[in-house]
Amino acid sequence: MPVVMDADRISRALVRIAHEVVERNRGVENLAIIGVRSRGVPLARRIAAALKSISGDDVPVGALDITLYRDDLMRQTVGPQPLVRRTEIPFSLDDRVIVLVDDVLFTGRTTRAALDALVDFGRPRAIQLVVLVDRGHRELPIKADYVGKNIPTSRRESVHVRLSETDGTDEVSVESEA
Amino acid sequence: MDAPGTEVALPATALRGKDLLGIAELAPEEILLILDTAEAMKEISQRQIKKVPALRGRTVVNLFFEPSTRTRTSFEIAEKRLSADTLGVAVASSSVVKGETLVDTARNIEAMGPSMIVLRHASSGAPHLLSRICKSPIINAGDGLHEHPTQALLDAFTIRERKGRIAGLKVAIVGDLLHSRVLRSNVLLLTKLGADVWVCGPPTLIPMGLAAMGVTTTTSVDAAVEGADVVMMLRIQLERMEGGFFPSLREYFRVFGMTDARLRRAKPDVIVMHPGPINRGVEISSEVADGPYSVILDQVANGVAARMAVLYLLAGGGAHDEVVA
Repeated sequence: MPVVMDADRISRALVRIAHEVVERNRGVENLAIIGVRSRGVPLARRIAAALKSISGDDVPVGALDITLYRDDLMRQTVGPQPLVRRTEIPFSLDDRVIVLVDDVLFTGRTTRAALDALVDFGRPRAIQLVVLVDRGHRELPIKADYVGKNIPTSRRESVHVRLSETDGTDEVSVESEA
Repeated sequence: MDAPGTEVALPATALRGKDLLGIAELAPEEILLILDTAEAMKEISQRQIKKVPALRGRTVVNLFFEPSTRTRTSFEIAEKRLSADTLGVAVASSSVVKGETLVDTARNIEAMGPSMIVLRHASSGAPHLLSRICKSPIINAGDGLHEHPTQALLDAFTIRERKGRIAGLKVAIVGDLLHSRVLRSNVLLLTKLGADVWVCGPPTLIPMGLAAMGVTTTTSVDAAVEGADVVMMLRIQLERMEGGFFPSLREYFRVFGMTDARLRRAKPDVIVMHPGPINRGVEISSEVADGPYSVILDQVANGVAARMAVLYLLAGGGAHDEVVA
C-alpha cells in the first residue's frame, strides 16, 4: 500500500493552496470555504486556519452533503439508500466567492452534484475548486483550481485519504484492487 | 469523496422492510436512522430553494380515506421538497363511492406504476393488507385506532431536538388513550428508545392491556406530570365521543386539562406537545398551548422533515417504476 502523501506533505500542500487562494483573490474578503462531506470538511477547516494565519481574518466555513444530488441516487433499482448527513452553511452565498473543498477529484460527478447543490443556496459570484488529490479519469468537464497533488492512477486503483479528524492519521495512499 | 462506483462503498445502514406500517415493525436502530436522516432533511426546509432532486421521476400517491389536513399537507410538502411527483386521491372523488374495494382501488393505482403509496384509512390494518398486495412501498399515514408512525417519529424528533436524547426522559401522555393511534405509536417508539412513559386519562378512556406495553398508567394528572420532561396532550376526539365517556367537556378540562398551574409540577424545562388539531379549553388551555413551553408548531414543522426522511429511505427499496405505455 504505497503512501503517496504523509502528514508533512499534506500540511504543506494545504498551506501552499491557502497562499494561492489569497493571491488569486487578492485577500480573503468576501470569501467562504465549503467542504464536501465527509473529508472535504476537515480539509476546509485546515485551509481556513491557514488563511487566518496568512491574512489575520476569519473566513466562514460550511459543510455540504451532496447525497441528495447524486446522479446515481435513484438509478440502482433496489438497495439501501446512502446515508444523508447534515448540510451546514450558516452564511449567505450571494455575491461571495466560494472555495469548494474535496479530498479526491476523480470522475467529477461529486463536484457536479456539489455545484448543483450550491446554486440552490444562492448565487455566488464565483466558485473555485480545491482538491487534495487529482487522480484523473474525469467523466465530466470539470477542473480543479487548486490541487494538492496530481496522482496518475489506473481506474483499477483506489485512492484513500485519511485525515486525523476522521481517521486518526494524515495520509494519502494508492491501493490496487486485487 | 468522489461519487459513483468509485472508492466509496454505500453505507449498509437501511430500513429492513419495504414499507412503513408501524413503529411496532421498526428496530431501535432503524428509528434512529430515520431521526438522523430527518435532521439532515430539516435543513433543506431552511434554504432559499427548498427542494432537492433526490426523488426526481418518482410518483407518490397519497391515498386518503379519512379526512386529514395536517398529515396530508405535510406528506405533500415532504414529497415536493424531494422532487417527487405527487398525486392525491380523495375518497369523495374516487371510485370508492361507487363501491370499489380498497384492494381493487390499490391494484388499479399500482397498475399505473407509482413508486410509493401513502395510505390513511379508518380501518386498522389497511396498510398491512395493501403491503401484501402491492410491490410499491406503503407508508401508513394513520390506520384506524392502530398506528400513526410518522406522527410518533416527528414527536421523537422534536423531543430529541429539544432534549438531546430520549432515553431516561419522563414522558407523560395525557388524554383520550382509547381512540388514539398517536398514543400507540408513541408508546411503542418511546419505550423502544428507553423513555419512562406515563399515560393518564379518565378510566373510561384507558384501553385494556396498556400496562403490558411497558408504561405506567394513572388517572391522576398530577402524578403523571410530576417531574416530567415532556408532556404530550392527546386530542379529545369529539367525533368519537357519543359513548358518554365523561360527563362534560368542562368537567374533562377541570380534571384532565393542561393548565399553567398543573404544568408547574413538571421539570422547569418541560416541553408541551400536541399532535393537533387542538381543542382549546378541553384538553389544553390557551395559555399552555401558546405559552413558552409549547413546541406544538415545531412539531408541525418537524413533520415535514420526518416524512422526507421516511420517503427517502423507503425509495431505495421496492423501486420498480415501470413505464406505463
